Amino acid sequence: MARITASVYTSHVPAIGAALDLGKTQEPYWRPVFAGYEASRRWFRDHRPDVVFLVYNDHASAFSLELVPTFAIGTGAEFHPADEGWGPRPVPKVVGHPELAAHIAQSVIQDEFDLTIANKMDVDHGLTVPLSLLCGQPREWPCRVIPFAVNVVLYPVASGKRCFELGKAIRRAVESYDQPLTVQIWGTGGMSHQLQGPRAGLINREWDNRFLDRLIEDPQGLSQVPHIEYVREAGSEGIELVMWLIARGAMADVAGGAKPNVAHRFYHVPASNTAVGHLVLEDQES
Amino acid sequence: MPLKKPYLDIPGTTIFDADQARKGYWLNQFCMSLMKAENRTRFKANERAYLDEWPMTEAQKQAVLARDLNQAISLGGNIYFLAKLGATDGTSFQQMAASMTGMTEEQYREMMLRGGRSPDGNRELAEED
Repeated sequence: MARITASVYTSHVPAIGAALDLGKTQEPYWRPVFAGYEASRRWFRDHRPDVVFLVYNDHASAFSLELVPTFAIGTGAEFHPADEGWGPRPVPKVVGHPELAAHIAQSVIQDEFDLTIANKMDVDHGLTVPLSLLCGQPREWPCRVIPFAVNVVLYPVASGKRCFELGKAIRRAVESYDQPLTVQIWGTGGMSHQLQGPRAGLINREWDNRFLDRLIEDPQGLSQVPHIEYVREAGSEGIELVMWLIARGAMADVAGGAKPNVAHRFYHVPASNTAVGHLVLEDQES
Repeated sequence: MPLKKPYLDIPGTTIFDADQARKGYWLNQFCMSLMKAENRTRFKANERAYLDEWPMTEAQKQAVLARDLNQAISLGGNIYFLAKLGATDGTSFQQMAASMTGMTEEQYREMMLRGGRSPDGNRELAEED
């Protein structure tokens, strides 16, 4: 049987990808950001899963205003890095897991979450920056990846509560797959940031750290926080943090198991316009 | 019934909702077209002529020509779409963000290095000075 072994949470700031691609990781501005991920890169080498179920949002790359799915699961065999206006990032193509993705789609839809099925979809920095942060710069990504795109661009986005419930359904789906695969679920985006208007540059260190505390200790309570609080306290783009609740909802303790182990926690301001937050939670039985 | 909008009292912030998306549909789709290298080349060669191929309002075209991002957002633009315009110009996200705040790029970068803009005084319109 397949099982979820851990969840990873991280910001996916495009400038972090650019810093990596342009060899700037040792510059004084960027060094503390990448240092915050060194322990996670080691952890990932030692805990490499068969599949990463990667929750992210598309930033008007694969989805224009012609089509805006609230939740889209990538069921294709491979996904290419998107050209976001300055050429695609020089990173490997993403190899999917069509069988597991199709199984999760079937299970989750029958569990009343109406997903959009995406067989062809370019993936932008929202997906590739987290892979780079955890895997470095390999010639091929070290595992299969199922992209799971969440609309956080066009209001209203799915509620934190809905995301948390979806995470529970994804756990049930993975656990009912009949192959012995290990699966990690990653929630990406955030933390506080606002990229638009005269209020651009908003950062809320206190709120962010409280979010990290509650994500670990009280995810159920955290899932009740309404949209308006994210926008007011963490900036218009801070709403991306609802995606972290999908990953958290898939952990064992939410389904009545043991609390996860906090393998790593990191917070840093700034990366370009954004507060960087990062957590690694391991399920104890793994 | 009009859309309920609990977010209208957040200062300096435009939420990209269904009304904004409808107003800005062609503005954003124009930006999206800049994802293709050949379209970037055509746009750079003659911005006005390229814009005239799109059913945008004159005000939207003027906002693009002036690179007035606040105006473009008020006319229905979304920052992730407008970012394609910045990428075409070779402008970083931080430069684009700074341009909307009334700060110079240097002042904005300094503010971010000092921990960013505080939420205090920036949560609700009534809170502002």
